[in-house]
Amino acid sequence: MKSNRLGHWLAILIGTLYFVVPLAATFEFSLRKLRGIYSFEAYRVVLADPQFQSSFTFSVGLAVVTIVFGMAIIVPMAYFVELRLRKLRPLVEFVTLLPLVVPAIVIVFGYLRLYNSSSFLPLTNSTLSTNFLLTCGYVTLALPYMYRSVDTGLRAIDVRTLTEAAESLGASSATIIWRIILPNIRSAMLSGAFLTFAIVIGEFTFASLLNRPAFGPYLQLIGANRAYEPAALACMAFMITWACMGIIQVVSRNAVAARP
Amino acid sequence: MSFIEISHLKKSFGPNTVVHDFSLSIEKGEFVSFLGPSGCGKTTILRMIAGFENATSGSLHVGGVEMTNLPPAKRNVGMVFQAYALFPNLTVAGNIGFGLKIAGKERGEIDARVAEMLELIKLPDLGDRYPYQLSGGQQQRVALARALAIKPQVLLLDEPLSALDAKIRVSLREEIRSLQRELGITTVFVTHDQEEALSISDRIVVMNQGRADQIGTPSEIYNNPATRFVASFVGTLNLFEARVVDPATGRVSIDGQPVLTARDISTYGIADEATVALRPEALSLGGGDGDRNALTGTVEEVSFLGAVIRVRVRLREARVSLDIFNDPALDLPKIGKPATVSFKKDDLLIIDRH
Ligand SMILES: Nc1ncnc2c1ncn2[C@@H]1O[C@H](COP(=O)(O)OP(=O)(O)O)[C@@H](O)[C@H]1O
Ligand SMILES: [Mg+2]
Repeated sequence: MKSNRLGHWLAILIGTLYFVVPLAATFEFSLRKLRGIYSFEAYRVVLADPQFQSSFTFSVGLAVVTIVFGMAIIVPMAYFVELRLRKLRPLVEFVTLLPLVVPAIVIVFGYLRLYNSSSFLPLTNSTLSTNFLLTCGYVTLALPYMYRSVDTGLRAIDVRTLTEAAESLGASSATIIWRIILPNIRSAMLSGAFLTFAIVIGEFTFASLLNRPAFGPYLQLIGANRAYEPAALACMAFMITWACMGIIQVVSRNAVAARP
Repeated sequence: MSFIEISHLKKSFGPNTVVHDFSLSIEKGEFVSFLGPSGCGKTTILRMIAGFENATSGSLHVGGVEMTNLPPAKRNVGMVFQAYALFPNLTVAGNIGFGLKIAGKERGEIDARVAEMLELIKLPDLGDRYPYQLSGGQQQRVALARALAIKPQVLLLDEPLSALDAKIRVSLREEIRSLQRELGITTVFVTHDQEEALSISDRIVVMNQGRADQIGTPSEIYNNPATRFVASFVGTLNLFEARVVDPATGRVSIDGQPVLTARDISTYGIADEATVALRPEALSLGGGDGDRNALTGTVEEVSFLGAVIRVRVRLREARVSLDIFNDPALDLPKIGKPATVSFKKDDLLIIDRH
């Protein structure tokens, strides 16, 4: 019994060290840009870099568009699957998991073959259409996370009966999704959205191979050429991810509190 | 043509036919219950009236208009579900006003109607609450108000009381009935509870495996069950397989003991089997004098139910239950003692052969 508890604490300790030590070391290193003293100089340099600002803004914009675009596709799909095609759910789940199985590099090479400048749909010809292609790629990447969270939200409410109740009151499908379904899965959608945000902000493969000035390639560029700044960037990236996770926690806890 | 005209409705799910050739006419303002055990197709018929399921064949008319293939949103039918199905993101007032908002009514009109409905369901102060802040009974009343707010042509209720406590179940069913009378709204009510159906309906449709076994007023259903199924499902009838002794005089034998029935059994032959029934409240203990029938046996069980005492008497093979009124001055029958059970010959029901 006693040794058992000791074992638990040991496991927790090892796990904690495994995560905390490299992170603490990275953070400590990021503070040593100025010789002999700890300072946030590396952070100042990074934040002042116009390329940082432009790539970060670009990626944030891309993340927002990805979320809106992805949700616009996934919410109605998941809703109709839940409402009328429950038998298809295993298939849909399988398909939405594919992006986790197929490596990003394979997907993006597929895109480049299909949509290059000499193809039937030359999306890579202009900046705008390449951005569109990148967004589509990100929607694909985020699909497993968005679908899962939306589906969890839908399962928490009685989609069928609520839909029927609204139908018998004269509502159309669009009205039902907008007025009944969306408000009730808002917190589930938000957690999907923040996960997507975290993924898009750090994504490298798609952005790099499609040659877009996103945050991921910028991270890589700095990492290859500087010493202290990459550590500062890594810490900032962690902060952003954690902030997203924290918001997911708060949002889902509020959702639980609202419905005891 | 009646207000609601259901003719030859049939519904199959793949190879399974769950509703067979169902026909029913409902008058305007009538309160009709579908009564039957779970899985007999009550909900399926209700859902076809609401438009949530398409009939495999047959037709449905409401107010002279063909509705068979109309989508639910076009039917102007109010529906109340067993699970309440209030919209969790809307307040009580938002729920009640939802249908009016969809219909594009003006704000002032909606508010007035919502207030009126809240008054009607006796929850005038709860408009700002959310569904999760209400009890089950309150939620179901809000669901009722929401369905009625749009002034539907027909109100459909699918086991609306099944999720509630026994006490609330009784008070709410009385409330539903008085509201229905007040508004004069044509109502179809689904239940598996025979007492519920008997107490609030103008007419009852007793369903058995996708068919209507009997359609009639509560007293017709209770006093003259048309089939053995109706007899056993409605009430606590004593059922026996009797043997016909003399069709002309109405003489049959129950478990070897001769009795008389006032019903016409002239279509039976001598020694035919006939299903007969006796209501527990038509029986009394002792006395086979005059023209009362008598059966003898031994007391097997005595249960005290409050106002009545239910006594079970064992004949030779068969058992018969009877209810006697509780009276403190009365000696309770003793288990194991011989007993005579008597009844009028009018009370021996013959269940038709099917
Ligand atoms: N969507 C469906 N698909 C297949 N079978 C169904 C469906 N809905 C109902 N059924 C079947 O139809 C029969 C009648 O169901 P239902 O009308 O719900 O019965 P009740 O309301 O009387 O309990 C049941 O055997 C049920 O399994
Ligand atoms: Mg049912």
